[in-house]
Amino acid sequence: MSQGYMKALKCRECGREYDLAATHVCEFDFGPLEVAYDYDRIKGVLTREAIASRPQSMWRYRELLPIAGEPTVGRQVGFTPLVKADRLAKRLGVRELWIKNDAVNFPTLSFKDRVVSVALSRSVELGFKTVACASTGNLANSVAANAAAAGLEAYVFIPHDLEQGKVVNSLVYGANVVGIRGHYDEVNRLCAEIAGKYEWAFVNVNMRPYYAEGSKSMGFEIQEQLGWQIPDHTVVPMASGSLLTKIHKSYQEFSKLGLTTATPWKIHGAQATGCNPISSAKKAGLDFFKPVKPNTIAKSLAIGTPADGFYALKVMKETGGYSEDVTDDEIREGIRLLAETEGIFAETAGGVTVGVAKKLIAQGHITSDSSAVLCITGNGLKTLDAVVDHCGASRLIKPSLREFEALLAHDKPGLVAA
Amino acid sequence: MSVRILIPPTLRKLCGGEEIIRVRPGTVREAIGQLNSQFNGIRDRLCDQRGQVRGSVLVYVNDEEIRFLDNQNTRLKAGDEVSLIPAFAGG
Repeated sequence: MSQGYMKALKCRECGREYDLAATHVCEFDFGPLEVAYDYDRIKGVLTREAIASRPQSMWRYRELLPIAGEPTVGRQVGFTPLVKADRLAKRLGVRELWIKNDAVNFPTLSFKDRVVSVALSRSVELGFKTVACASTGNLANSVAANAAAAGLEAYVFIPHDLEQGKVVNSLVYGANVVGIRGHYDEVNRLCAEIAGKYEWAFVNVNMRPYYAEGSKSMGFEIQEQLGWQIPDHTVVPMASGSLLTKIHKSYQEFSKLGLTTATPWKIHGAQATGCNPISSAKKAGLDFFKPVKPNTIAKSLAIGTPADGFYALKVMKETGGYSEDVTDDEIREGIRLLAETEGIFAETAGGVTVGVAKKLIAQGHITSDSSAVLCITGNGLKTLDAVVDHCGASRLIKPSLREFEALLAHDKPGLVAA
Repeated sequence: MSVRILIPPTLRKLCGGEEIIRVRPGTVREAIGQLNSQFNGIRDRLCDQRGQVRGSVLVYVNDEEIRFLDNQNTRLKAGDEVSLIPAFAGG
């Protein structure tokens, strides 16, 4: 059977190779398995011209995504806007700032549609009929929607206390939604046990090697949209730390294939202070992290035992990046700042990214003469609960010009004629 | 009564296909030692060369991961359940 441009699954720790099946852990050292590609063959076909001639979706880089044939799930996902954020740049004090806006990713308004379209396309190739996930919300939404569109049955497992928007956004697609009385780490533990017992495609458990690769497409798009360049700085929110490592990999792959020039890049990680195992390790100069019990409004980042934490720390060290974390109030300020300067309403994770970027610029980790990309991974309409009491309220008047002018006279004395 | 160790799919081949192995009460370190004497090599799968549990493995005693308890010195009493889980991906 054709394997496309994939060669094998390979242990990240010991390098042992495995068949391209639904498996995610090395039998010898529990190391995560990653997809190995045939870069020599890819180099012959994946050119800037070939990419530019293809439809504007994440699948224009399909040779570097882990499926054997053509995508069958989520063909329209990706190619979200890269917005030049001049007003925010001015406020934060940096020369050039860009927002990679996955708050408007299709179909479920988060970057998770990227990983899910890969995981489900591969699940279909491997013959699965039921797909599942452990989720902090966005992943559940994406699995539910994409499974519905592909005619697959879906089981999604979420912590019981998620934002209502994220729960409804899974239920509406007809998925089997199971709330677990516990936080995400406990949900994931249960799912690891369920995945060991039932023959389902758990996108972030046994399908994880394929799933995680989907994140690279965010980095591929950033480079193409910047005119085939790598930004000096990239700020990435961290839950498990996987996205950060995959953005780095996307820069490595494009430069290895000659699609971009390998100018130096720094990758910085953003966390919430209420769940900061990776950023606190980085700030303490450690190569390993200590697990924490999450307590933050950034629920999509609330993973206390991050699987890729070790590798995220390694990437930040190798690239000269840094990591910071922000409090719940700073997260809300970050959301407001992005909304008021650029007209982009991000979820709490976006507030984390903006708040951390602000700190990194103030501290000099991102210098004022450089270019930076902020990765915004989800939409603010899904986490209204976090900001509903912090944006003020609309003012009520009768349908009367006199009442409106009274209001306006209060806002702008002198504008209203007596 | 003994301590139950739930064996993840990744390690079942090494454990003769067993899903649950019973060991005597003691510490987590002693439990891993007992496992290793029954199924030679399992310690090296779970622990690195310094004998520390690998970063890619989570060891739960009932509902708590051992890094929140006393690591490998965590006491196991009769009726306790130990789960060995690969670290989690994002969601």
